[in-house]
Amino acid sequence: MSDAAPRQRVIIDANSKLIMPRHIKMRHDTERGRWIILAPERLFDPDDVAVEVLKLCDGDRSVKDIVTMMAKEYNAPEGEISIDIITMLQDLSDKGVVVAQ
Amino acid sequence: MDEQTPKHVSESGMPVGARETDDAPVENQANEEEACARAPIGMLCELTHRCPLQCPYCSNPLDLERANTEMTTEQWQDLMRQAADLGVLQIHLSGGEPAARKDLEDIVKVAAEVGLYTNLITAAVTLTRERVEKLRDLGLDHVQISIQDVEPGNADKISGYKNGLEKKIEVAKWVKELGMPLTINAPIHRHNIKSVPKMIDFAVELGAGRIEIAHVQYYAWALLNRAALMPTREGFNEAAKYVEAARERLKGILVIDAVVPDYYAKYPKPCMGGWGRGIVNITPQGRVLPCHAAESIKGMEFDNIKDKKLAEIWLNGDAFNKYRGTSWMKEPCRSCDRKEVDYGGCRCQAFALTGDATNTDPACSLSSLHEEWANVAEKESHAPSTDFVYRRVGGAKKADTNPA
Repeated sequence: MSDAAPRQRVIIDANSKLIMPRHIKMRHDTERGRWIILAPERLFDPDDVAVEVLKLCDGDRSVKDIVTMMAKEYNAPEGEISIDIITMLQDLSDKGVVVAQ
Repeated sequence: MDEQTPKHVSESGMPVGARETDDAPVENQANEEEACARAPIGMLCELTHRCPLQCPYCSNPLDLERANTEMTTEQWQDLMRQAADLGVLQIHLSGGEPAARKDLEDIVKVAAEVGLYTNLITAAVTLTRERVEKLRDLGLDHVQISIQDVEPGNADKISGYKNGLEKKIEVAKWVKELGMPLTINAPIHRHNIKSVPKMIDFAVELGAGRIEIAHVQYYAWALLNRAALMPTREGFNEAAKYVEAARERLKGILVIDAVVPDYYAKYPKPCMGGWGRGIVNITPQGRVLPCHAAESIKGMEFDNIKDKKLAEIWLNGDAFNKYRGTSWMKEPCRSCDRKEVDYGGCRCQAFALTGDATNTDPACSLSSLHEEWANVAEKESHAPSTDFVYRRVGGAKKADTNPA
């Protein structure tokens, strides 16, 4: 079950397929004009890149797919973007914001 | 942090009382000024002060509010709507024991409907599987279950309740079976501090995603019971070291949030993230407080949600404006570069220990009273434990002496 806390640390690589579990809620906070991620006793403030990446984390696309899409959009080398995105997703995985499918 | 990679997601809205380590650089302060200015991020709802447990460190006031004075279902539901309109993001349904209210489901339903992130803070012993499932279906987002110890006999003694642990484990398993995230909250003191490693294992085994190793904060019942509860500095240091190592070892498995005992800290905690800044607390009767212990500060008046709107109280209420921001501060806070990191610590503790809520919290090493209070803690923690004054209606009257 995707909601269960993993008992082993998930290591994110290019093939990981990630999704935000049901209890993680990313939404636009209209009062404050920004995106927020609501989690148990936590609030995360994602920047534009994070919001875009997380929207693409549908459990179907791999990290590699997402990197390719982001590289195209930002007109940047995939290698650089890949390190950046994997680092971010590893951190979010450690905090339970995304889980592997 | 790796300097090569930009940080795309920052973290805020830490649990009440949690803090950075004493050595954290000043610039690590959360950048949420804008976010807090207009509305609280979190609302702590003490739905009732009724509770089957009698823990001697309860954060409820000594003068517990009676069942027949509690707000009605409709009043709580209306408050949820007001909170969402104002911009509150998370609500913490607490008590006492929130499940003692038969209409908990009706309150959760409205909270979820208006988009609030709902967190149930429960002792769990009276919950049934049906209720947990119903709450999930209505949109409850997260369950936090408190434990007193992982040793059943000791847990019973601390809570004044028989076979509580067994029941808590059962409820925790239901929460996981039903696919909900679980936090274990473990208030730590001298009678269970040796169990910290086992508590962490316990949380991992139950499938919790988080544990709060929450050293008791010495207000209200805990202040009354301080000589029974204060751990030794050595005991605290040993536990803290274990927690640090476990945090690294369990990265990606269990998030560990630690709340340290003020008396052994170098700097005070940013209590409630700053007075009237990010959190609002509602008592069972509907009094609106900047902090759940705020009523312990003598001479303050608090508005009631039955008389005024939440927005009006939050923005203009006397109690909220009294210690909001930094202009009320005296030295050494006024010129301190940490004044917007910890906001001078806890007003309630400053009042309880110094008689003046505008003083620096004696938890701060810059307070002239810090040494004295650290010494009191040292002395009490090494003396034999006093008997518990259990948390129950009228319980504090019998022991009506303030140890401070």
